[in-house]
Amino acid sequence: MPIAALEGVSFGYCAPDGGTGRLILDGVSMQFPPGQVIALMGGSGSGKTTILRLLGGQLTPTAGRVHVAGQDLAGLDRAGLYAMRRRMGMLFQHGALFTDLSVFENVAFPLREHTRLAERTLRDLVLLKLQSVGLRGAAALMPSELSGGMARRVALARAIALDPPLLLYDEPFAGLDPISLGTIATLIRELNDALGATSLLVTHDVAESFAIANHVYLLGNGRIVAEGSPASLRSSADPYARQFLDAKRDGPVRFHHPAPDLAVDLGLPGART
Amino acid sequence: MKQLVALGRGVRVGVADIGRASRYFIRLVFEGVIALRRPRLVIDQLHFVGNRSVAIIVVSGLFVGFVLGLQGYYTLRRYGSEQALGLLVALSLVRELGPVVTALLFAGRAGTSLTAEIGLMKAGEQLAAMEIMAVDPFRRVLAPRFAAVVIAMPLLAALFSAVGVLGGWLVGVSMIGVDDGAFWSQMQAGVDFFDDIVNGVVKSIAFGFTVGFVALLTGWDAVPTPEGVARATTKTVVVSSLAVLGLDFLLTALMFSSR
Repeated sequence: MPIAALEGVSFGYCAPDGGTGRLILDGVSMQFPPGQVIALMGGSGSGKTTILRLLGGQLTPTAGRVHVAGQDLAGLDRAGLYAMRRRMGMLFQHGALFTDLSVFENVAFPLREHTRLAERTLRDLVLLKLQSVGLRGAAALMPSELSGGMARRVALARAIALDPPLLLYDEPFAGLDPISLGTIATLIRELNDALGATSLLVTHDVAESFAIANHVYLLGNGRIVAEGSPASLRSSADPYARQFLDAKRDGPVRFHHPAPDLAVDLGLPGART
Repeated sequence: MKQLVALGRGVRVGVADIGRASRYFIRLVFEGVIALRRPRLVIDQLHFVGNRSVAIIVVSGLFVGFVLGLQGYYTLRRYGSEQALGLLVALSLVRELGPVVTALLFAGRAGTSLTAEIGLMKAGEQLAAMEIMAVDPFRRVLAPRFAAVVIAMPLLAALFSAVGVLGGWLVGVSMIGVDDGAFWSQMQAGVDFFDDIVNGVVKSIAFGFTVGFVALLTGWDAVPTPEGVARATTKTVVVSSLAVLGLDFLLTALMFSSR
């Protein structure tokens, strides 16, 4: 049984005047089986991050169902939603570390809030989590003293503090140098396997995510354009998949924003309006 | 027709905003009381908003006391009542200037930093991270800060008034030569504990609720961009200062009108 699933999920925002707004997800179904690393890819505005927010219960779908750990999120009250969230860890794009707390206290935060562990046990646990991301030696530092890659690793240690069965990653590779990028990618795979968890990766980065993912969903215009193992996706003939994977400038996603004819805009004689 | 629609929308949005703000206020008060069960969090914030405001409160209190001593002496001398200088300084401070000026200074010093802190936490997705960790940011972040502001305000106002009286004494007695005994005895005889001091404390607690609420809600509602946080910080000073001055008039009318 999958740890999380979307069934025919649609999501859109209402227009300011109360009318129909833009549809961000349009009848999307996905399954996230245990033990797998699943990559959600697609261009900006394709609805990837919205899926993470739906799984975290931060957004409610306009149609369809979202299941996490066998529970339909629509049927949960606030307490139920919080109980469900204790079973997931999320890595935010820039880490979202608490800037007023040290590295140690950041990782200790979920443990302090949700458990009543003795200080000694808590300390050991936090140091072990930091050890797993290679930053035990940075426990006393403040977030402002960390590099981007280190901050991401601390946030990762914090996300796995409660050993959650579901891990969500929002653009974990964005803005990292090649060494940090490779480190984070390896950590995601290793931690997923060590915890026996399911990891859901929202990313643009084709090379790194294809190297660690079991299954890839490619999103475009709120729908699943292509899906499968990284190998099968590489051989996909879908024009959007090809444009995305080969990083082509023009294709189904146009290079030029819709505009009137250039000759008309420049006011050239004989231009047809 | 367009204006009518705009007016209707404006009224609807305004009423909805008032309703939402009232709901937040009730929740802040409720959660603020619950936050006292985790005293460590409140004490940390008390240190942050209270201790760091002490310097500005003491220095301002001293100068306000100096000015009160000087102006009070010049006015009272016309009527030959210099002896009442101590009473004038003390009453002005505990009834009005202590609570009001403290609240205004506090809004500028601590209120703005609270708004900026909450706004930046929002912009850095720290509040969202807390939510996803199944920790209610309203309870964990806002409530202890609110409790700390409500506790700090009367303490700072008391400090302001005490230093102000000292300032008045320094100018009136030490420099100008008003009788020392008369300065203190008139004050002792004329300042009533319940009518003056307790009412002053009630005022500063009310200002604590006001400034804390405005600063925290403005940060909470800030647009999560650098510009949004900057705007929110300015809004905190403007709104809380006006609210304190308006509320002061109301409270003064209620407290001191019968005498």
